[in-house]
Amino acid sequence: MSMESPIVDHPHPGLEARNPGTALELDWVRDARVNRSAVERRAATLPARRTVKKQWQLAWLLKAVTLIDLTTLSGDDTPGRVRRLCDKALHPVRADLLEGLGMADAGITTAAVCVYHDMVPVAVEALRGTGVPVAAVSAGFPAGLSPFETRLEEIRRSVRAGASEIDIVISRRHVLTGDWQALYDEVRAFREAAGTAHLKAILATGELGTLRNVYRASLVAMMAGTDFVKTSTGKESVNATLPVGLVMARSVRAYHERTGVRVGFKPAGGLRTAKDALTWLAMMREELGRRWLEPDLFRIGASSLLADIERQLEHGLTGRYSAGFRHPVG
Amino acid sequence: MSMTTKESVKEIFETLEYGPAPESAEVAQAWLDRHDRRFGHFVNGAFVESADGELFATVHPGDGRELAQVAQGGEADVDAAVRAAQAALPAWQGLEPHQRARHLYALARHVQKHARLLAVLEALDNGKTIRETRDIDVPLVARHFYHHAGWAQLLEREFEGYRPVGVVGAVIPWNFPLLMLAWKVAPALAAGNTVVLKPAEFTPLTALAFAEIALEAGLPAGVLNVVTGDGHTGAALVAHEGLAKVAFTGSTEVGRIIRKATAGRGMKLSLELGGKSPFLVFDDADLDSAVEGVVDAIWFNQGEVCCAGSRLLVQEGVAARMEEKLLARMETLREGPSLDKAMDIGAIVAPVQLDKITRLVEQCRAEGGRCYQPSWAEQMTAEGGLYYPPTLFSGVSPSSTAAQEEIFGPVIVSMTFRTPEEAVELANNTRYGLAASVWTENVNLALDLAPKLEAGVVWVNCTNVFDAASGFGGYRESGFGREGGREGMYEYLKPAWESELPTYAEGELVSVGDPAGLGEGGTAAGPGGVDRTAKLYIGGKQARPDGNYSYPVLSPDGRRVGEAPLGNRKDVRNAVEAARKGTAWTKATAHLRAQVLYYLAENLEARAGEFAERLRAMTGVAADAAAHEVEASVRRLFTYAALADKYDGAVHATPFRNVTLAMPEPWGVMAVVCPDEAPLLAFVSLVAPPLALGNRVVAVPSARWPLAATDLYQVLDTSDLPGGALNIVTGVRDELAEVLARHADVAAMWYVGSADGSAMVERESADNLKGTWVNHGTRRDWSDAEQAEGGEYLRRAVRIKNIWIPYGE
Repeated sequence: MSMESPIVDHPHPGLEARNPGTALELDWVRDARVNRSAVERRAATLPARRTVKKQWQLAWLLKAVTLIDLTTLSGDDTPGRVRRLCDKALHPVRADLLEGLGMADAGITTAAVCVYHDMVPVAVEALRGTGVPVAAVSAGFPAGLSPFETRLEEIRRSVRAGASEIDIVISRRHVLTGDWQALYDEVRAFREAAGTAHLKAILATGELGTLRNVYRASLVAMMAGTDFVKTSTGKESVNATLPVGLVMARSVRAYHERTGVRVGFKPAGGLRTAKDALTWLAMMREELGRRWLEPDLFRIGASSLLADIERQLEHGLTGRYSAGFRHPVG
Repeated sequence: MSMTTKESVKEIFETLEYGPAPESAEVAQAWLDRHDRRFGHFVNGAFVESADGELFATVHPGDGRELAQVAQGGEADVDAAVRAAQAALPAWQGLEPHQRARHLYALARHVQKHARLLAVLEALDNGKTIRETRDIDVPLVARHFYHHAGWAQLLEREFEGYRPVGVVGAVIPWNFPLLMLAWKVAPALAAGNTVVLKPAEFTPLTALAFAEIALEAGLPAGVLNVVTGDGHTGAALVAHEGLAKVAFTGSTEVGRIIRKATAGRGMKLSLELGGKSPFLVFDDADLDSAVEGVVDAIWFNQGEVCCAGSRLLVQEGVAARMEEKLLARMETLREGPSLDKAMDIGAIVAPVQLDKITRLVEQCRAEGGRCYQPSWAEQMTAEGGLYYPPTLFSGVSPSSTAAQEEIFGPVIVSMTFRTPEEAVELANNTRYGLAASVWTENVNLALDLAPKLEAGVVWVNCTNVFDAASGFGGYRESGFGREGGREGMYEYLKPAWESELPTYAEGELVSVGDPAGLGEGGTAAGPGGVDRTAKLYIGGKQARPDGNYSYPVLSPDGRRVGEAPLGNRKDVRNAVEAARKGTAWTKATAHLRAQVLYYLAENLEARAGEFAERLRAMTGVAADAAAHEVEASVRRLFTYAALADKYDGAVHATPFRNVTLAMPEPWGVMAVVCPDEAPLLAFVSLVAPPLALGNRVVAVPSARWPLAATDLYQVLDTSDLPGGALNIVTGVRDELAEVLARHADVAAMWYVGSADGSAMVERESADNLKGTWVNHGTRRDWSDAEQAEGGEYLRRAVRIKNIWIPYGE
């Protein structure tokens, strides 16, 4: 299980090959232009331009559930807590609700469970045979400032422990000093260390200063072969904002246009409501297209989002507003 | 749960289609029902039937269904409304500004209270999307009333020396019905005027709803009146003698008709007309954002936007990429029912507009442009309804129909440029000049371009953004006058001194001496004096008149003082040509212009005695009066030299992160026609302000006594005034004025002369829609600074360009 790709666990037409990366194309990086005001304007109007109602909303919300990397990244995580989370990942929506939606047999689970290295074995055990992959945050998460060798070793150990997805953090200083070569080399090394496990590069966008830096860091991470670019650790003071998401989605689009390779995108931190989820799905649909609304290309890193989606699903089905205690906790 | 269509969650889970997201029209329909779907005019605080009982239908363009029957206004209805507005005027003007501010504040509040009703009604009547009416139109309307509640409050302090004009006739278009109402009604009321509004035939409903809102908000009866109807109703309103001002937004064609119809009636006029606005994308732009900019530019409001960015100009190196991105973006646009909350494009307002768009696009196709529409266009067109798909023409030449004609639909043409200079040339290669959008990450380039673009609004890295605090309005044939901001308030005010002037007495403005009158009035030069020959002054040189005629300049008692050249239309042509080329003066720094004007004053004073003697001899005034006129002229030059570098623009406080610069820009080439009296002082008073602010001037001096102006040539020559900055043509005032008024390369014109001449200038200026300022036969006292210099002279010598510069890295 540990060496399997999560993509194999979620088969669908048009299965993506992994991103092999490219050489570091500095001209492309340096030519990148991002106009903050225009991006913010697009981000502000996008949620007002798209909305889904009735069964469309329910279908979209259910789709959002299948895109969630259900996450716990706390200092007080215990095996018991992680097992509970894994169970929730396997049963994210109450059976009667799925029945009502005509989706009882659709195999609805979250996309993955995301934990710290020490919790990987517990999660792997809990999810064995289910097809739901375990993702480990790694490489000195969240600051990324532990010794480089230590960070590489952490990745290798997580993979050995059974994590099939590795969420690494980049060194923000490489971006802030414009040392694109160092960033490229770093992500390349992480990718090699991860081996067959898929790599998600966390840019920690809240600490990159400008949207242009976000775009450039995203490009470099893709050139270095990351399978996903991810916004945040969830630990920065500013996490996944829509303007940042828009900029990263556009970088993913540019990379695809230029190389033909589809790289995944994962916003994390700050997505708490069902409405947030719908907005992000719409943003992905508008900027990247339907193809990017599958778990091999889009994930939502979240812990509390699922609870709100469950309540909204029940409301949609019954017409009555729901309450949190009616849904099993994760 | 009720599934409205058959698609199951399971199916949608795979397709992830958006599905319908309808906004309910229930309340709006109930409101229409409450009125029995039948509306009269709103006159004197009540709905009244048309005098002849005639009605017409207004329909929802989305499905063609009738929404209501609305009164067709005729002359009698217009007359009743204007009378109501006139009757309401004294009490309205009698209120303290603060009381009027309260009324405007209440209107803003009540618009917000009924925001959704207005948004739905607007979407129903016009066919535009509920997203736009809800998120753009109605919030801007409320904001407009709030902002102008502020101007009402501050009126006396901020517009000292100005008065309301009286009854305003407002004629508005169908593309932003309620917003255009707000743009007219808010400043008009804030300034202390009353209004008769004629909404567009296709979209009368929100104006009627607004009238009811005004009632609810306690606006006094008669302050706002609404007469519905078609173009005939609008014509009847514009023709009404009771109006003091017409404010019009609509086509350039109708704008011209209104310019002619109001000529000579002593009315203020503001025209916000058509456009073919350029959208410039440089190779260092954020192209993804520029693509969204294009969406906002041309696929906003179905492209039925006067300031739509309809000419896409892309730097050649990125043109292919930009086009690819645009074509991909067109695929994801959604077009459909206006009340669907997830639509980008709604219905075209009426079949006649759809036909026009279709016809123009077919014509463009025939001319050979590459035409792109999204893949879904065919299916949408097949389903019928008043829908037109987003359309891009690429590879067109500037001469093509698509590049020249205002299509007023979701159609953009794309061309390429190589350099910033070429970008400006192409951008300005149009008769219009409403707006321009510039996309570059280079602040040097953006700020270099903004003043070079012939447009009243320049948006840097944004487009189609509006706010009440910023002026909006055009250059060239996009009209004149501004709406919004301080500059917009002046359109509804007039200087107090202007309304207190006497008119010229009979015979006070005389025609020039007879060129056939050889020897008339004796010999000019005394025995033994060297004969002096006055010529014209064109391009910094003295020039013989084309016709080679001259006419005698006579003193009041009939003695010959000298001869003046009789300029003709070709001399005017040459003078305008010289002025057009004389761009050095416009490009000169304000400091330099000040220095030249000071120098002019200095050199005039050095020859004060000679000028005084000339004035005395020509006009017959006493020596001390003549000396006084020269001295006053020197002082006036000093005033404008002083003001040259002090007539600053402003930074408007618009509500998002940007700098909105209100930049006073010279018109370029201005014509100035002077009266007979005070031949030196009037000339200086009229010529110095345009010069001070950087205009090149073609001046017609006192026709009767032109020698004070021709004597100035040597003063001009010694004062470092660059060639072409000031050109002087002497001759028959109204003959020369007519040529100037009709000249397409003259951007603005001041005329001080007879009432007939004033009417002629306003009428003849209609072709290129000059900004005109005429005296309607009133006589100014040139020695009185209040009426002969200052605020209004400066304001009229420039036009305000608003430049929006969002920032943030």
